[in-house]
Amino acid sequence: MSIKGKAFIAGVYEHPGRHLPDRTLPQIHADVALGALTDAGLSTSDVDAYYSAGDAPGFGVLSMVDYLGLDCHYVNDTETGGSSYLVHAQHAATAIAAGHIDVALITLAGKPRTGGSGPGGSGRVGDAPEAPFESQWGMSVPGGYALAAQRHMHEFGTTSEQLAEVKVAASTHAQHNSHAFLQDVVTVEEVMESPMISDPLHRLDCCVITDGGGAMVIVSESVANRLTRHAIPILGTGSFVKSSQSGRIDLTHTGAVRSGPLAFAEAGVTPNDIDYVSIYDSFTITVLITLEDLGFCERGAGGEFIASGALRAPHGELPFNTDGGGLCNNHPANRGGMTKVIEAVRQLRSEAHAQVQVPDCELAVAHGTGGSLATRSASSTLVLGRSL
Amino acid sequence: MKLPAKAPEPNSENTPFFDGARQGRLVLPRCGDCGFVIWFPRQICPECSSQDVSWFEASGKGSIYSCTVTRRIPGGWGKVTPFVLAYVELEEGPRVMTNIVDCDPEHVSIGDRVEAVFEEATNRDGESGPPLLRFRVREG
Repeated sequence: MSIKGKAFIAGVYEHPGRHLPDRTLPQIHADVALGALTDAGLSTSDVDAYYSAGDAPGFGVLSMVDYLGLDCHYVNDTETGGSSYLVHAQHAATAIAAGHIDVALITLAGKPRTGGSGPGGSGRVGDAPEAPFESQWGMSVPGGYALAAQRHMHEFGTTSEQLAEVKVAASTHAQHNSHAFLQDVVTVEEVMESPMISDPLHRLDCCVITDGGGAMVIVSESVANRLTRHAIPILGTGSFVKSSQSGRIDLTHTGAVRSGPLAFAEAGVTPNDIDYVSIYDSFTITVLITLEDLGFCERGAGGEFIASGALRAPHGELPFNTDGGGLCNNHPANRGGMTKVIEAVRQLRSEAHAQVQVPDCELAVAHGTGGSLATRSASSTLVLGRSL
Repeated sequence: MKLPAKAPEPNSENTPFFDGARQGRLVLPRCGDCGFVIWFPRQICPECSSQDVSWFEASGKGSIYSCTVTRRIPGGWGKVTPFVLAYVELEEGPRVMTNIVDCDPEHVSIGDRVEAVFEEATNRDGESGPPLLRFRVREG
């Protein structure tokens, strides 16, 4: 059974806040839930399925269903880090296609900018079977991605300047987003001159740390047909967990080499057909490797592809992250998957900022990456359309 | 500068690895059915799912698969920057995450040949625990 065209993203909402010390975590979940439902023209009483990941407080879906006052006969708390929300979308589309549910609500919220305990089931990490062999070496999040970048540079001659262009392109988009955490356009030189965090990643190769959140509402065709808001059909989905490969990890690719083909095949399209991409951008290197993995350029050619200006909206070969992405706009809860979907929906609805709206945007990809490129990660790809 | 050395907490699946480390020996698990050298240490083969796992002493030699000099990091590690985080590919096949020590961080590269060193480590209560498997660059 294919989910193609069975489920629709009817509502999305990105919290406008980037620093929210005075709102509780459940409140931010509620803010974005209500925002996305309002966008869809629905209310909490319409919701029959709820999805959240490790950023949900307390007992996860149980605490949040209770707090929000939902009546749900379908819940799911799949936790794959920053890609969780795309996996949720896949699962919601599957449940809708099977006829189990009609209105799925997916929320994300977090306050890493304010501080306190981070999202992501951190309480469980110590129990991980790999922990005695990985937690002793001072691997920061940038440090792990730096290992991947170093190996990619070694094998393919990728350069720091090519990585920097990812940030430059994101910043040229973010200047038009009044909510973006960073709105100044930066140059390749400014990226290269920003402090080195872990070779070869500079501070400006890293995403921002923001409070906030986002939500989406996914509905069946019968619900979509009675709504006035433009609902975006989900055409294809694919997810893949890339393990540490039995201790022979290859740092130069991600699970997108599997999630991408699954999603494209289900949608019946190829990378050449795609007008806009939201690519997970925890770091510049994440974007470069993912573009190769999804087949938007040859393996090893990501640096050249990016340096050609391909990612710049609206007229580049493959405009990306037109909200400014995690590198400039927002990376709520240290998880960028939700905002990837939201900007893709804006593009397909022709509601992105006029300066970055891709003309005749018919097909878009939203892609998430969770976990660490240095160890184990989960990739999830959605192919979305303007219409069926 | 000496890197932080937090002793790992062994469990019944990986005890032979840490017993070996206490004697300065790199002891790895190998699948009794397919012969695969397993990393990270555990009592199941990720290649063939056999739970028949035996242990052998490895050479302790390898080369750097990837490395990064970390220059900014929060917490205790921030006091020992710059330091080298690396993946070392052992002669027996596994790629293991580690640090390269006794080195000038500015002159450590992918492909450098390295050898195991076991560094003393202490647990939360300051007691001595299993030593850490780190590597230094091999001469010649």
